[in-house]
Order: sequence, then structure tokens, then C-alpha cells
Amino acid sequence: MIPVGYVRASSLGAIPPMLAGDGHRLLGGGTNLVDLMRKGVERPSLLIDVTALPATIEEAADGGLVIGAAARNSAVAAHPLVRVRYPILSRAILSGASAQIRNMATVAGNLMQRTRCVYFNDVAGSRCNKRAPGSGCDAIGGFNRYHAILGASSACIATHPSDMCVALAALDARIRVDGPGGARTIPIGEFHRLPGDTPEIETALAPGEVIVAVEVPASPFAGRSTYRKVRDRASFAFALVSVAAGLTLDKERIADIRIAFGGVAPKPWRALQAEALLRGGPATSAAFEAAAAAELAHAEPLAGNAFKRELAKRSLSAILAELAGVSR
Amino acid sequence: MAIMINGAAVAAPGDARVSLLDLLREQLHLTGTKVGCNQGACGACTVLVDGERVLSCLTLAVQADGRSVTTIEGLGSAESPHPLQAAFIKHDGFQCGYCTPGQICAAAAMLREAEAGMPSYLTADLTAAPVLLSRDEVRERMSGNLCRCGAHNGIVDAILEVAAEHAA
Ligand SMILES: Cc1cc2nc3c(=O)[nH]c(=O)nc-3n(C[C@H](O)[C@H](O)[C@H](O)COP(=O)(O)OP(=O)(O)OC[C@H]3O[C@@H](n4cnc5c(N)ncnc54)[C@H](O)[C@@H]3O)c2cc1C
Ligand code: SF4
Ligand code: FES
Ligand code: FES
Repeated sequence: MIPVGYVRASSLGAIPPMLAGDGHRLLGGGTNLVDLMRKGVERPSLLIDVTALPATIEEAADGGLVIGAAARNSAVAAHPLVRVRYPILSRAILSGASAQIRNMATVAGNLMQRTRCVYFNDVAGSRCNKRAPGSGCDAIGGFNRYHAILGASSACIATHPSDMCVALAALDARIRVDGPGGARTIPIGEFHRLPGDTPEIETALAPGEVIVAVEVPASPFAGRSTYRKVRDRASFAFALVSVAAGLTLDKERIADIRIAFGGVAPKPWRALQAEALLRGGPATSAAFEAAAAAELAHAEPLAGNAFKRELAKRSLSAILAELAGVSR
Repeated sequence: MAIMINGAAVAAPGDARVSLLDLLREQLHLTGTKVGCNQGACGACTVLVDGERVLSCLTLAVQADGRSVTTIEGLGSAESPHPLQAAFIKHDGFQCGYCTPGQICAAAAMLREAEAGMPSYLTADLTAAPVLLSRDEVRERMSGNLCRCGAHNGIVDAILEVAAEHAA
């Protein structure tokens, strides 16, 4: 690790001027940034500890929630309002990492965490367009079992590793940020970017901006929602495929529905096509399977991850059947 | 400010790169806390910060400034072992012992989490409190601590025994 300075930000207002310097970076729990510094992927000159930013979890006027950027992942998952009203979010967080890491990780850090692509992490031995723009991508012809089947580009095929963000995508969360250009709110669907020709640009956060909070709107469907994660071992592993879903039923029909996939794309993948096909239609396993097939029809599997298309289809059909209480 | 380590005040290092793990082992010679992967994946370095289990390899020592750290040395001793330490011995919860301090620190915090109603990914009723610790619940909640010797059966037995004593 190269030498690095460390300061604690006492208030939100203190951060923007501190962030202005070259290599100045925000530090949450450090579970991603410290690891990447040790591997030489990240080389900040100053760490600005922002764990004193608000960490409260409060009910909003519309009945939704406002979660402070510095709230620890475990605190969000355990919060009574989250457990009762947003099981999808509680379960997604609880499926991620380990209890120790969830105690350390902040909500903002989770949103900003970088890909787990092994070539991205291998500074000495691998080419990576995300880490060193223009150098090439060793994953495309390499070991790509964990890589994307949707939304990738010829520059980068890395997946976004977060579980929490998949639930936030299904919940239409909004990311409250502040910075030199003033405060603004970014819908979660626009927060993470697809790689295109610039895989090094991962989010809509502008230079100097700080995540302040996450707004989770009131969601009638969230009461009947869950998160399912499929991985190489039963616990403490990143997703091969995960699904966050919630629905409301009107007799046997689907009144409303939300679906997002993890593990298959460079960002949490909102399955808008499947949602549109199912909304207003019958809650039957045949309908679930057809919608899953339509959503995955655009998948472009690689040599190592063709199984993900079928796995994603089956996972989605299974979780919807479970939520709707229909047998398969 | 200072870091309270097992009740004693220690100055935070001037070099921000020093991990809490390296401070404990290299500077304070508290070698009970182990280095495994040094990248968050094994749990051997687990300690308690303000009572919560965290990974000392991914914590910069400066981040712990003003907080209180408990390591395995602070949990119990040969003369007066922590109930989990006694149970690990009774149930053969280790072979080489390398993962053991991390397992025991993690388990101590885990029992408190369950008592407070912290759910896990496996908990069917997310609102139940306290949580009943089944074998599968313990395995899920302890999945951040690997054991290369495969002593898991004894580890889970030991934790379940102490959990039952807690509940009684
Ligand atoms: C072994 C291991 C296994 C894991 N498994 C999983 C898993 O299964 N599922 C999963 O979802 N995650 C997993 N993770 C990742 C973990 O969830 C992230 O590392 C964590 O959420 C990052 O949060 P942090 O607060 O520690 O971030 P940090 O490491 O502190 O920071 C991460 C990034 O966020 C930026 N940042 C921090 N705060 C702000 C802010 N307020 N505004 C703007 N930017 C900010 C930092 O500058 C940095 O770029 C795993 C991690 C490890 C080490
Ligand atoms: S997939 Fe993306 S992150 Fe991985 S090596 Fe290729 S460019 Fe880098
Ligand atoms: S040494 Fe810290 S988790 Fe492995
Ligand atoms: S006892 Fe040897 S690693 Fe667990």
C-alpha cells in the first residue's frame, strides 16, 4: 500500500472541500476500499472517513424510509420497519458477505462497491479496461463463470456484486447526493451505469459528490416480497444469479409486480419486460415461465456462463410461484 | 483519543495504512488474533469493536480510534476461560486451532445478535425475537469463519451448547 492520509469528516458540509484534492476518497467501512488499496487497484492519497454521516433509518412523510448513507448494512437488515415492510431488502442484505462484513459495511459503500472480477483485482498479471482504460479485457476470453450475460459491452463484462442494490432496484429507491453542484436525487436505475466504451465510469455520481441517504418509497408490493440468491456454496459467496421480487394480487391476477436480477449484469438488472408481461395477467406458473423466458431472450452468454440464462429463468419462475402461492 | 484494547488505552498509529490486525499482532504482540487471507474472506482475524464482530484485517487501526476493541485475549484466559472456550475444548471444536480465536470472537457476538432478534438469511420469520438457534441457523450465522481443518461439526456443537445455556 502506498502512504495515505486519514481524516474524519465531522459534518456533511465539511466533505466537499476535503474531496477536492487529487486522490482524495471517501471511506465507509473500508471493506472494499481497504482491500483494493492493499491489492494496488486503488491508490488514494487521502481517506475521508464518512462514517459520522447520518446513519439513521427514519420513516418518510409518504410512508417510505430514508436510510442514512452511513447506516451499517446489518443495522438496515435488522431495523424493525425494514423487516416488517421490506423483507426483500432485509433478506437481500442478509444474503450478502458475512455477519462481520455487514457490521462494517455502510449503505453508501455498498452502493459504490466495485466489481469482484478477478482480472480487475490482479494488477500485476491481467489486462483490464476498467482498471486501466484501453488495456484490454482478460475476462472476455478467460474465466468468466461469474460474468455478465446482459448489458455487457466489448470493453467489459463484469457484474455488479451487490445484493442490497438488487433489492433497491426492485423497490425504485432514490439516491440522495450532495456536492459542488448542489443536492440532487438519482433514481437507482440511473445510478449504476452500463460499461459501454467507458467501463471505468461506474455510477452517475459526479466528481466531488457524496451519497447522503437512500430513499425507499412506500411500496404496497413490498410486504409480499423476497430475495433469493443462488451461489456456488450455500453461504458467504457472491451470487451466480439472484432475484429480488415483489407482487400484489387481485384475486388470481397480478395487480402489480417488481423484479430485479443480480449476478447477471454490470448493474442491478430491473426486469421491466417481464414485469410488463405479467402486470394485469394471471398468476400462473406458465405465465411466470413465459415472462422469464422473454426477459432472458436477450442474454448473450459467454463460454463460461451459459448456464446463467437457464438458472435466471428458473430462479425467477420459482420465486414468483412462491410469492403468489401457486404450485409449480 | 486512543483505542481501548482489552481495557488498556493504546495510541492509534500515525501511519494510516496499519490495519487493526497488524497493530494487534505486530505492535502489541496480541497474537491470538490470526492472519488468514488478509482480504475479508476467512474470519480468522475477527475481533469485537464496541461489542460487534468485525474483521481486523479490513479495519484500519485509525478507524478504531475512540472505540473499544476486544480480542480473544480479552474474552478469557487459560485460568478463567470464556464459556465458549470451554465448550470448544469439550466438543473438539478445533484441530490446528488457527481459526479458533476468530470463531470464538464471532460466536460470542453472534449469540448476542440472536438474543437481540437479529435475523439471518435463513430465518423464516424475520420479526421473531429472540431467534431460536437451530444447527442450520448457527452454520449460516458463522459462515464468515472458515476452518480449513473441517472442525465445523464440533464448532457448531460447542456453540449450540452455549446457546442453550444462554437461553436457560
Ligand atoms: C469477502 C467479501 C465477501 C463479500 N460478499 C458480498 C456479497 O455476497 N454480497 C454483497 O452485496 N457484497 C459482498 N461484499 C462486499 C461488501 O458488501 C462491500 O465491501 C461493502 O458493502 C462496502 O461498504 P463499505 O462501507 O465497507 O465501503 P468502503 O470500502 O468504505 O467504500 C467503498 C466505496 O464507496 C465509496 N463511498 C463510501 N461512502 C461514500 C459516500 N457517502 N458517498 C460516496 N461514496 C462513498 C468509497 O469511496 C469507496 O469507493 C463482500 C466483501 C468481501 C470483502
Ligand atoms: S470484465 Fe471488466 S473488470 Fe473484468 S477484466 Fe474485463 S474490463 Fe476488467
Ligand atoms: S484475515 Fe481477515 S478475514 Fe481472513
Ligand atoms: S481448526 Fe484448523 S483451521 Fe479451524
